[in-house]
Amino acid sequence: MPEIVRPSSSSRTARRAGNIALQIALVVVAGGLAYAAIHNVAQNLANAHITSGFGFWNNTAGFDISQTLIDYSASTSTFGRAFWVGLLNTLLVGALGIVFATVLGFVIGIARLSRNWLVAHLAGGYVELIRNVPLLLQLLFWYNAVLKSLPQLRGSVTLPGGGLLNNRGLFLPRPEFASGFGSVLAVFLCGIVATGVVRMWARRRQDRTGAPVNIVWPALGLIVVLPSIVFMLAGAPLSFSVPRMGRFNVIGGVEIIPEFAALLLALTIYTAAFIAEAVRAGILAVPHGQTEAAQALGLRSGPMLRFVVIPQAMRVIVPPLTSQYLNLIKNSSLAVAVGYPDLVQVFAGSVLNLTGQAVEVIAITMAVYLFISLVTSLLMNLYGYAIAVEER
Amino acid sequence: MNHVMKRVATAFAIAMALALGTQAAWAQSATLKAVKDRGELNCGSNGQLAGFGLPDPQGNWTGFDVDFCRALAAAIFNDQTKVKFVPLIAANRFTALQSGEIDVLSRNTTWTMERDTTLGIDFAAVNYFDGQGFMVRKSLKVNSALELNDASVCVQQGTTTELNLADYFRQNHMSLKSVTFATADEAIKAYDTSRCDSYTTDSSGLYGERLRLSDPSANIVLPEIISKEPLSPAVRQGDDTWEDIVRWTHFAMVDAEELGVNQQNVDDMLKSDAPDIRRLLGVEGQFGQSLGLTNDWAYHVIKAVGNYGESFERNVGQGSPLKIARGLNALWTKGGLQYGLPIR
Repeated sequence: MPEIVRPSSSSRTARRAGNIALQIALVVVAGGLAYAAIHNVAQNLANAHITSGFGFWNNTAGFDISQTLIDYSASTSTFGRAFWVGLLNTLLVGALGIVFATVLGFVIGIARLSRNWLVAHLAGGYVELIRNVPLLLQLLFWYNAVLKSLPQLRGSVTLPGGGLLNNRGLFLPRPEFASGFGSVLAVFLCGIVATGVVRMWARRRQDRTGAPVNIVWPALGLIVVLPSIVFMLAGAPLSFSVPRMGRFNVIGGVEIIPEFAALLLALTIYTAAFIAEAVRAGILAVPHGQTEAAQALGLRSGPMLRFVVIPQAMRVIVPPLTSQYLNLIKNSSLAVAVGYPDLVQVFAGSVLNLTGQAVEVIAITMAVYLFISLVTSLLMNLYGYAIAVEER
Repeated sequence: MNHVMKRVATAFAIAMALALGTQAAWAQSATLKAVKDRGELNCGSNGQLAGFGLPDPQGNWTGFDVDFCRALAAAIFNDQTKVKFVPLIAANRFTALQSGEIDVLSRNTTWTMERDTTLGIDFAAVNYFDGQGFMVRKSLKVNSALELNDASVCVQQGTTTELNLADYFRQNHMSLKSVTFATADEAIKAYDTSRCDSYTTDSSGLYGERLRLSDPSANIVLPEIISKEPLSPAVRQGDDTWEDIVRWTHFAMVDAEELGVNQQNVDDMLKSDAPDIRRLLGVEGQFGQSLGLTNDWAYHVIKAVGNYGESFERNVGQGSPLKIARGLNALWTKGGLQYGLPIR
């Protein structure tokens, strides 16, 4: 047998030093290229008499935005403020889209594995239909075909509770809190904490005795009944500002604009189809023996899914789920197509045009998307570690 | 002695510089050379606005802004078909010009100080004096823009329109609900499905867009004009000769109207005795040469697209479905603002 030649310790050190030198050289070259590119852009902009820099950030914006989560006025707010308005609108649609798409995706993914023929095939049909039609078309479908066919302003549908629905959006009563509502809120929050304590106690008891404890009734009492009593005692410190018809528009209430609804619908429905597939793959990846073992222990299908299959499936589901979340956030920039004022529409649209500073504005926008995606990715990775198999 | 030598050297240097400089000013437009080498003019135009820039079902571009680019092509190549039209939305028009994708931007663009001074572009000459207006459905029974308090207004983004709208509502203490779209197409479609109470853009555009509504006669344009919108073709800053070519192509068309030269009679006018007409058509003088063109450049322009008034009437005026009155765009001799600078 030939003897394995081990590199001597000195040659290994030399190689490591060479590696480090190579890495440093690469970093220097990359940095140099980046510097040259930036310098070159600045030089060319100056030669072409195009204003550059970030001085525009504090200039007055002067244009109106249809949905603002923070105070914004065309006359006094700056381009910087408009940036935050756009960013928050992007985060709003992204966050809600992720929540809804996850719920819908899990339901459909599980339904596709159902033993009920109709349920399984409906879910399968959904997935095949939705994921094979371009998202932009779906968005235009929801905006133009569905939401615009809602009744016009004068024929608004009145919803129970005083809401109004028409092709300009959904208008809901806005809660207005009087003094004394704080105590109701405090009792409510205490109720949630107390329920948590009860749950811990119940779980510990189940671990000890094996008998499951039903905590639905105490939870209901703590979270719903008790705050309701306090609410009555405080003299019902809550009223609603009901939307009403004005000369042109609906006045008052909370407004959900159709552009937002269309974008949220399209993102949710589209992404849910992909999440459903990830969920199905994850569940199928759990060895059949696990299901049989659970059945042998006498678990019914609900608890079996909850306690045995899904926790193991999650380890397979999380990585593709992360990519779907990232896709959803990036796809939200299609807002431009329907006029929803997200970051791209407001900042890379109006602000870019009014300032003409394309290089700066696009660079900032790209950096922001990169940052949001990296943070999302980081959070999902942390979750992935938390549910990973603990090797002992 | 040394002093004298130095002075002579300096004078010689200046003379050289002047000589070379003059030569440079003569026909050394980099953009013109690029256009000639390429064999066609790249013209940024609207593509969505009836009367100004719109391809017909056969793909032929028509409109007032389109005619201007055809006039330029006629001046350069003696062939008005040597133009490639690049459809641009408001949001990407300046970038297209800055990056060199197009040679000239002829797309109902308002000349403002900020654009002129910060974008690295120059405006050549105002070829359409416009102002912003509002369109509403007749059923709303609104007679003035001042009654639009709380109304929602559809608007195209990246335009002076977007800013004027907010200014006007603020100035008149009215509350505004604007709904902003990236293209005029999307904005007008949203208005047509009554997502908004009103649609706002330059009043010339309102007449053009109204034709595309499902029921044009159910909509009216309100009387208020809330802004000054001098529309002008634009070029990249730094090529003065090219800017001159664009500017004088416009003035030649206006001069032709003032002098009574039109598409039909331009050949006869070559025999005219009037010195102004002889200079315009290149029978006298070297005016085309100083632009780097042939001396009969303006003849080709008028032969191709007619004078200013003809282009106006054919595309947006009485000869078109828009039926816009000349108004501010009448000749100065007829109470308007169009004033052809003298060619001499």
